Amino acid sequence: MNIVSKSMAKIDGMDLATGKPAYVDDLCPKEALCVKILRSPHAFAKIVTIDIEDASKVAGVACVLTHADVPGIRHTIALESYPESSPYDRLILENLVRCVGDPVAIVAAEDERTAAMALQLIKVEYEALEPVLDFEQAEGNLQIIHPESDIVTNFNIGLDARRNVASSRLEEIGDIERVLNECEVVVEHTYYTQAQAHSMLETHRAFTFLDRGRLVIVTSTQSPFHVQRLVAQSLGLPANRLRVIKPRIGGGFGGKNKALVEVFPALVTLKTGKPAKIIYSRQECFNSTTSRHAMRGRVVLGADRSGDVRAIDLQVLTDTGAYGEDSADVLVVASHNVLPIYGGPKSVRYRGTAVYTNKMPGGAFRGFGAPQSVFALESAMNELAAELKMDPTQLRLKNTIKLGQAHPFLGGSQEGKPAVVNSSTLDQCIERGKALICWDQKYPRREVEGNRVRGVGMAIAMHGTGIARVDTAAATIQLNYDGGYKLLVGASDLGTGADTILAQMAAEVLATSLENIIVYSADTDLTPYDSGAYASSTTYVTGNAVVKAARLLREEIVRGCAAIHGKSVDDLELDGQFLRTVDGAWEIPLPELAKQLVSATGKQQPAATATFGGDGSPPPYVAGFAEVEVDLETGKLDLLNFVDVIDCGTVINPNLARIQAEGGIAQGIGQTLFEDMRFDDRGEMLTDSFMKYKIPCRKDVGQILVEFLPSLEPTGPFGAKSIGEVVVHTTAPAIADALFNATGVRIRRLPITPEKVFKGLQQKWG
Amino acid sequence: MRITLWINDRQQELEVTCDEFLAETLRNNGYLSVRQGCSTTSCGLCTVWMDDKPVLSCSVLSVMANGKRITTIEGVQDEARAVAGFLVGEGAEQCGFCIPGLVMTVLAMKKDLRQPTAEQIVHYLNGNLCRCSGYMGQLRGIKKYLGVE
Amino acid sequence: MRINNYVAPDNLAEAYLVLNEHNSNTVLGGCTYLRLTSKNIDTAIDLSRLGLRYIEETADAVEIGALATYRDIEVSGILQSLFSGVLPQSVMVIVGVQFRNLATVGATVYSRYGFSDLNTALLALNPEVVLYHAGRIPMALFLEQGASKDILEKVIIPKADLRASFKYLRNSSGDYAILNVAVARSRDEWKIVVGARPFRAMIAAEASKCLSGSRLQKEDIERAAKTTADELEFGTNMRSSREYRQAVCEVLVQRAIQEVIS
Repeated sequence: MNIVSKSMAKIDGMDLATGKPAYVDDLCPKEALCVKILRSPHAFAKIVTIDIEDASKVAGVACVLTHADVPGIRHTIALESYPESSPYDRLILENLVRCVGDPVAIVAAEDERTAAMALQLIKVEYEALEPVLDFEQAEGNLQIIHPESDIVTNFNIGLDARRNVASSRLEEIGDIERVLNECEVVVEHTYYTQAQAHSMLETHRAFTFLDRGRLVIVTSTQSPFHVQRLVAQSLGLPANRLRVIKPRIGGGFGGKNKALVEVFPALVTLKTGKPAKIIYSRQECFNSTTSRHAMRGRVVLGADRSGDVRAIDLQVLTDTGAYGEDSADVLVVASHNVLPIYGGPKSVRYRGTAVYTNKMPGGAFRGFGAPQSVFALESAMNELAAELKMDPTQLRLKNTIKLGQAHPFLGGSQEGKPAVVNSSTLDQCIERGKALICWDQKYPRREVEGNRVRGVGMAIAMHGTGIARVDTAAATIQLNYDGGYKLLVGASDLGTGADTILAQMAAEVLATSLENIIVYSADTDLTPYDSGAYASSTTYVTGNAVVKAARLLREEIVRGCAAIHGKSVDDLELDGQFLRTVDGAWEIPLPELAKQLVSATGKQQPAATATFGGDGSPPPYVAGFAEVEVDLETGKLDLLNFVDVIDCGTVINPNLARIQAEGGIAQGIGQTLFEDMRFDDRGEMLTDSFMKYKIPCRKDVGQILVEFLPSLEPTGPFGAKSIGEVVVHTTAPAIADALFNATGVRIRRLPITPEKVFKGLQQKWG
Repeated sequence: MRITLWINDRQQELEVTCDEFLAETLRNNGYLSVRQGCSTTSCGLCTVWMDDKPVLSCSVLSVMANGKRITTIEGVQDEARAVAGFLVGEGAEQCGFCIPGLVMTVLAMKKDLRQPTAEQIVHYLNGNLCRCSGYMGQLRGIKKYLGVE
Repeated sequence: MRINNYVAPDNLAEAYLVLNEHNSNTVLGGCTYLRLTSKNIDTAIDLSRLGLRYIEETADAVEIGALATYRDIEVSGILQSLFSGVLPQSVMVIVGVQFRNLATVGATVYSRYGFSDLNTALLALNPEVVLYHAGRIPMALFLEQGASKDILEKVIIPKADLRASFKYLRNSSGDYAILNVAVARSRDEWKIVVGARPFRAMIAAEASKCLSGSRLQKEDIERAAKTTADELEFGTNMRSSREYRQAVCEVLVQRAIQEVIS
């Protein structure tokens, strides 16, 4: 291969890195009205009255909208393929607010200052209700967070709003109680992972304007087509009245897979006819969007003394907050992208419940339930290894699912037809990671000078690649008159380089250079459908569509050439620069042919569109290893080294894949050591700035080392699987076990702060 | 209030309010590389030079910058391209939103430190947050740019 | 935050006059926390024309002007070589260089921030602060009492044959300290200071005294650390509990003393 598997620079990289205008706010017309939201100061309250008179009178205020002014259509803002699993449990504005930060009124004004002033003049009378803040107390609580009778679900997700349950599911293979009873060793522990903020550096933002009667939305989103459909639905408009344009995105990580902001300027533009923009402050980005679902995971593992794991019982409880966005799918992923990494157990049971509370909603965040579950499962595996006095790497190697093995929880499984692992180098990843971290020399601990000690720990993980039989993508490629190509995709490049790697794939099939391909994404008027950049799907789902389209286009070009020049289709070959007869006796340069094809000679511009949707969701694998140093007097833990060895199938662009892995690990380090979303006893978020909510700085991440051990996935484009999410999974359990191996202290509740370690050391050693 | 700024070596008379910050003034006047990521002096995105020193433009009152030389990445495109090339060479620009602020800090570091060690580089740049890259690729690129090991 | 008027006076007398003209009039420092306030300022007073940005060595002292920045301290040859370099050490870990190019000594001291690293390090060096109206007073007293509507001109640190150490514990390197400690020894006189408790920096008087009279054996150092943790008040905030701060205090004080005598 000439282009695939090469570390090509991102096609938009230099523009972005030298500060060229490219993002939503850079493109917004100056005269756009500034939209601001009045938010609830209460975690749970009925709105008795809203008085907007004074606010409306302020000079420069264009409109003030309340729940009386907006359509009352229950909807979800989760950007998922239709029919969404998320309950339709939201109104744009409602007379019941369910968390601090819930929107109460929309103000649009000529400038930010005027809008802010008007916000202060809106008088709201609330009837405060007792909020439900502790997610372990939510189920069956007398306080019902969604008392409304018009919640809609598209299919059964186990919603029981009367009991504050947004979603629940049960899956069982074998008879778990019986198998556990027969096991020689049983370990049982409960683990907690906290809510985490996406902290993308570009906050949520969008602007809107009218173009010949249609509403145009320019937004920083992961899924433009879902935005178009969902905003249209919530406004009660046909989708084709809307056009959604996605320029460059300043980070997403799942946080921009929500139609959080678009509807507000849309309403203003529809009402006033004027362009309108909304830019969330960092504080709003923290306290009025969504977060990773906080989760409690209880794990029971049963095994033989020899280390054969025979039973896994995982029960999770997630906090979906005020609304049920993604709650059902997160429960699926927390099982299906986690448990099938072990192939041996005779029985596996999974029980998941997502509960409503009066806090900011949970939602999609890189990993989507899996990192939480992995922390529980892999920590329990490490505790089992300690119980068995077995090296944790040996315990893994004994139990990992092997190539060709089936598991009924694997993505793409159907009743009685469990999906099969078609590509895996997981065991080699474990071996290679051991070597890179020098496991055999370092495990379990080494004393260093003073009161410091070092330890190593590890964990393994899998994920899926797109959502089987749900998500789809189309790609269109045209041959331009100059012999170059135009690739149109509806996928969102979140900065990870999706546009580049898709162009690499097209260039490979068309035997041309990367420069010869113009990529455009995404615009619902111009680019073909794509379910969006989530669920680790773009490389695989959109990539497969691109490969299919490129192959069709090759045939189309050959057919066109054959027709014009009286050749046989079977006798022609495209080598990128020329079309030639097989014997080489006749040839025509592609640019010349292209001109003929689009002109009166050919009257046929070659173009191809192809759509792909996976029947499976092939799992990528990773083995992660941490080395930490712990100050035994203060409990401060420093991460020295983190090694990830990854099987993401064929690596389409090694540089970009590596950076995604390093970035994912850093986010995992944040969740493990620093990031802690906290609320006070009235439900107000305490950690609503980067001053109080600490994402890792450069000095905090130690040395991260990433290596790839590619398998070849038969269903993937050029053999590729996903990379985006699997790389956040192993950090927490590996670091937690490194801490245990260094000190004997086991932390089962993230984040691992110096104070927790200190208390653990005191309990352990006095 | 009327102030005079020398923005990228061009004298500009600007009308600002007393409570306007430099980041806003610059953006309002078309310097779109200047972005804000936090409003709590935590992220480094808005880094520009004031009299050749890197500062957080989100926390400089525009009236206090009166008479000073302000440099944004628009004014040092050649130098910026040199740094950017190495970042892009690693894929470490990712979403790019934080990169102009990072590049301005790297260029300032190049003037401040001779042959810095990896540790010194990381220390100098610790005020520039990035959520995409995990920082390692940026360090690889910056080391190559500075020609240090 | 709103500012109605802005002035940059030519002399301190005028600045002081304006400051006291209106209750909400405010002196501007490095402005790094200005955005965080919700107050409406009638007139903001910029001191930058008063020549207060300096770090100067005199025969018997070092004088730091109110507008000297953290970065000025960090790179100051004078401060790197004097006082075991604790002042540069205390500021160099704070956020990033673009922050340290703005934050000023005057605003930090005058505001008496509890979380401050610099105030802890300074206090161990027995400095005085010079206020336009109240005149020259010991920093320890100033940190206790504060001042109302005054202007801090400079901090004066007496030169002394002194060894010092600055220690802190922070979780993320970009975070505020959970606790910080400065210890200084001038001949036989010791000074132990603890800040970010999370309350403002304070001298542990009894512990300092007990260490000054001791033979500096292991048990003396342990006793001084224990006394420090006992005599000072600690509190709980988002970053840590009171108990943990108290425990860490003992550890950091011991380490700082060890470093001074090593």
